Amino acid sequence: MENNIFELQYALDTFYFLVCGALVMWMAAGFAMLEAGLVRSKNTTEILTKNVALFAIACTMYLVCGYQIMYGGGYFLSGITEVDSAAVLADFAAREDGFQGGSIYSGASDFFFQVVFVATAMSIVSGAVAERMKLWAFLAFAVVMTAVIYPMEGAWTWGGASVFGMYSLGDDFGFKDFAGSGIVHMAGAAAALAGVILLGARKGKYGPNGEIRAIPGANLPMATLGTFILWMGWFGFNGGSVLKLGDIGNAHAVAVVFMNTNAAAAGGLLGALVLAYILFRKADLTMALNGALAGLVAITASPDTPTPFVATIIGLIGGAIVVLSILTLDKMKIDDPVGAISVHGVVGLYGLLVVPVTADGTTFGGQLMGAATIFVWVFAASFITWMVLKVIMGLRVTEEEEYEGVDLSECGMEAYPEFTNK
Amino acid sequence: MKLITAVVKPFKLDDVREALSEIGVQGITVTEVKGFGRQKGHTELYRGAEYVVDFLPKVKIDVAVADDLTEKVIEAITKAANTGKIGDGKIFVTNLEQVIRIRTGETGADAI
Repeated sequence: MENNIFELQYALDTFYFLVCGALVMWMAAGFAMLEAGLVRSKNTTEILTKNVALFAIACTMYLVCGYQIMYGGGYFLSGITEVDSAAVLADFAAREDGFQGGSIYSGASDFFFQVVFVATAMSIVSGAVAERMKLWAFLAFAVVMTAVIYPMEGAWTWGGASVFGMYSLGDDFGFKDFAGSGIVHMAGAAAALAGVILLGARKGKYGPNGEIRAIPGANLPMATLGTFILWMGWFGFNGGSVLKLGDIGNAHAVAVVFMNTNAAAAGGLLGALVLAYILFRKADLTMALNGALAGLVAITASPDTPTPFVATIIGLIGGAIVVLSILTLDKMKIDDPVGAISVHGVVGLYGLLVVPVTADGTTFGGQLMGAATIFVWVFAASFITWMVLKVIMGLRVTEEEEYEGVDLSECGMEAYPEFTNK
Repeated sequence: MKLITAVVKPFKLDDVREALSEIGVQGITVTEVKGFGRQKGHTELYRGAEYVVDFLPKVKIDVAVADDLTEKVIEAITKAANTGKIGDGKIFVTNLEQVIRIRTGETGADAI
């Protein structure tokens, strides 16, 4: 009888993991729609191609070696393809109380849940370098990012490995990043920042006398849909990161995480909307959308500890930060068409640093150490990778191709061939 | 014969077409165009940065007419397209050397 209940708990926790993974997978659709909405229509096909291809590359490279580097699941997942029922039941029985303690679930479900996070990190890059980067240079970078760069820093954090044998973020510094404000979001933004610095701004974005020109996105309904899809997917992103559903304590923790994640997104949207209105006297929709995502990124580092009201405030501040960050990056001539570096990088850092306010056992210094480790590694490794790609194949399309739109030069097809006005 | 080219506000196109039909104009050609005059463009705001819309959308109407109808056509367009506000557009009149109806080969005023 007890074994039957253990089997059920294994099934429940595995199922919960798979459903959350599927929700995170759906965030790829959110990123694709958000990015397609915020670029000009002449670059739509190419940004969509990047989004579908990077997802496939992330899934493949993480399967080949990424998961092995991060968690030791074997190259080509050789270590997780079979389950030994008797051994699983023995693991349950060996506990003092079989139902409490860490989750015991299928290794294959763990891979599925982890792999969609890799794709999320890579999705962040595509928006920042949109409208001017060569498709194949981007995809080549995606291979390195998802096979090595992300799994390395993932191993140092969630994987529990020491950083090149020097120190351990978890044991030595009490670093906490619950679902990846830093590990996923800031990491993606760091890779994006390195790419944008080497790539340069879109032509016409900055005038010769320092003026900043707006390049409006083509389809704000699509950007809004993308934001809502990301918001929904985030429940899997944070909710799944509890890792276990199958007892009262953990089931409640999952519910709290859902609640706080939603509260922070709402707070972020309001923070950005109101601040944008105060600054520009216009209700800037794109800022409000970035604000919701900023709230989500901010709460991701510790969605299980704040009260719902504090989660709202954490999101609200994140939303305000993202507006100021977007304006500041523009002044620095760092051209990011969708605001990815601000949303995921700047607010990701803020999310890590605000953890000690609500989470016991974490320190500001420890969080800073974790953030610095992730940023330095991802930025440096990405910068070198982008440099190599720049020398080998070039990162940027020609000026004429950029004017015509990368849809034609890279994909040979337009997103809306029946519209004649560009 | 004259070729009358009028650039007007897009929302006035229907009024102009009706006014021309009433005075016996048999055909017009309409093109969506963009441009600027003394009205200039206007500025909009996106993510905190202003951008100037330099070229405003207008509709261009081409009408070929016999000499005796010229003044009536100009009057009809002027009346129909007038809002009294800046940006109402312009009418250009040019001499038209020849007109040929492709189907029958008729030429001159008969072909209009």
